[in-house]
Amino acid sequence: MEIITEYGTILMVMAIVFGLYMTWGIGANDVANAMGTSVGSGAITVKQAIIIAAIFEFAGAFIAGGHVTATIRKGIIDPTSIVNNPEILVFGMLASLLAAGIWLMVASNRGWPVSTTHSIVGAIVGFTVAGIGMDAVQWGKIGQIVASWVVSPVLGGTIAFVLMMSIRGLILNTENPFVSAKRWGPIYVFLVGFIISLVTLFKGLTHLDIDLSVGMSFVVATLFGVLLAVIGWFMINRVQVDTSADREFHFASVEKVFTPMMVFTACAMAFAHGSNDVANGIGPLAAVVSIIQSGGEVAQKASLPNWILVLGGVGIVIGLATMGYRVMKTIGTRITELTPTRGFCATLAAAATVVLASRTGMPVSTTHIAVGAVIGVGLARGVGAIDLRVIGGIVLSWLITLPVGAVLSAIFFFTLKGMFT
Amino acid sequence: MKRTTPFANLFGRSPFKALKQHMRAVVEGAAEVPALFEALSAGDQGRVQAIKDSIFAHEAEADRLKNELRNHLPKSFFLPVDRRDLLEILNWQDSIADAAQDISGLLVERPMEIPGPLKEPIVTLAQRCVDVVELSAKIIEQLDELVEMGFKGKEASRVEEMLDRLNLLEDDTDELGLELTRTLFEHEDEIKPVSVIMWYQLIQWIGDLADNAEKVGDRLRLLIAN
Repeated sequence: MEIITEYGTILMVMAIVFGLYMTWGIGANDVANAMGTSVGSGAITVKQAIIIAAIFEFAGAFIAGGHVTATIRKGIIDPTSIVNNPEILVFGMLASLLAAGIWLMVASNRGWPVSTTHSIVGAIVGFTVAGIGMDAVQWGKIGQIVASWVVSPVLGGTIAFVLMMSIRGLILNTENPFVSAKRWGPIYVFLVGFIISLVTLFKGLTHLDIDLSVGMSFVVATLFGVLLAVIGWFMINRVQVDTSADREFHFASVEKVFTPMMVFTACAMAFAHGSNDVANGIGPLAAVVSIIQSGGEVAQKASLPNWILVLGGVGIVIGLATMGYRVMKTIGTRITELTPTRGFCATLAAAATVVLASRTGMPVSTTHIAVGAVIGVGLARGVGAIDLRVIGGIVLSWLITLPVGAVLSAIFFFTLKGMFT
Repeated sequence: MKRTTPFANLFGRSPFKALKQHMRAVVEGAAEVPALFEALSAGDQGRVQAIKDSIFAHEAEADRLKNELRNHLPKSFFLPVDRRDLLEILNWQDSIADAAQDISGLLVERPMEIPGPLKEPIVTLAQRCVDVVELSAKIIEQLDELVEMGFKGKEASRVEEMLDRLNLLEDDTDELGLELTRTLFEHEDEIKPVSVIMWYQLIQWIGDLADNAEKVGDRLRLLIAN
């Protein structure tokens, strides 16, 4: 208890620094993955992607980011056994942030497709085992997280598959695909707005003091969807038939209709990502802050101050602008087989899955959902070739991230403990 | 510092684009075959040599593209079509280039004079065969659309019509080739025996251009049918 009061300020500063470092890593790596489909399909440029991500990641984190933090913070560990030693939790959370942040940076530099979510989960498990004991880990929750690795790609893939089939049926396989695309385009945009806002509202904007009934949520989501659809309708109507491009590829003009629509899904994806993944960085930070501010009390439910959410958003945007830029550029030039229609389906599906998953509090990984969604599009036979070996590599990175995060976190935990006691 | 992401890696290069590229090299080579006989008929051996070099260059390019495609088509690729069908199409495309190469190679290695009665019809036959090759190439150009539509729907029926036309055109070349062979045999006493064999062989090879082009189409038909 004395440690908390004695070193409170230092610990607080460390928490903020480590938290920023972690969210910086999220922005540098994960966001680039989340926006990859949009950039890769050629619908938006890297620069536009950064601007979109900056705005909507931030908005997502701020407006809808409060939910997942609960799972990360107290879902994985049982804090009852350390009520009398709150400094253990503080050291542990600091160690976890640092471990996950470092692992994220090492992996990004080497080009390993690791998940920020898994990094932080592994780190928290690591310090819990090292500092509290095996029993303090709620292994049932871990099982749930492991299950989400399968569930989330499958869910994303299924939604993407259905979307792709609907686009094929309603637009591509008609007498005049271009006209059909213009007709149905706004409906798809409506879908983007509707799904995103509905799930966001369902999740509850408690920290913004907005709480709507189910019926009201539907009304608001519909209105928001319609608003987006109208904007989309104006954008889509400006698209002209490009006869020369059509000669090369019959659906070239149709794809052009989807380009403005892609912008909406890119925004949705950034929003969804911000609402889900920002928690990885700020969850542990919030825990530390709550303990220090209460003078050492391990609260069952700590409130999440708005300034922490803002901090997380800022960290992500800085990371994106400094390092994510290059990652996205690589994606933008290397993914060539993703057209706007395919990208649209994959991204919308991924965004929908992310918000759905974060609604249930499952710390899913955006990267894996998006991979699942892309495979779903591929299964609908919209993608020329997908390398299945890469999927194997991703699975491998899921497996390796947890133990590495755990070991790193345990080391940092003991270091911190030694430094302060 | 090289950066890769799961996304960048997830997509291999589309084999359909590579297949189209290969077919373009094949067509460019095959399209020069009629000019080969025109030059021969004009007695311009220098031009024959030049055209042969050009055809060989196109064949080499096609070979390069073929090997590249094979190298980039690992078994772990998730393809919207059967891998074997794709390789089969590639093989038939490549044999078109090989046929053009055989024809030009023989004409350079064994300088021959076209027997008078064969002069015109052999150019006609070559041109018709090239027409078949070009039509098959046009069909291959539709691959992206076919993939987009999962080899079904309006695109598929459009391509099916093209395939029907391909078969009809190929039948025409068979007819022409047969007629030409008949003419050759009618005049066999006036031509050196070895030359007769050579011309017979050449007529077969010219026909191979169209035959292989038809095989390309037939394979594609299987993709649509599945």
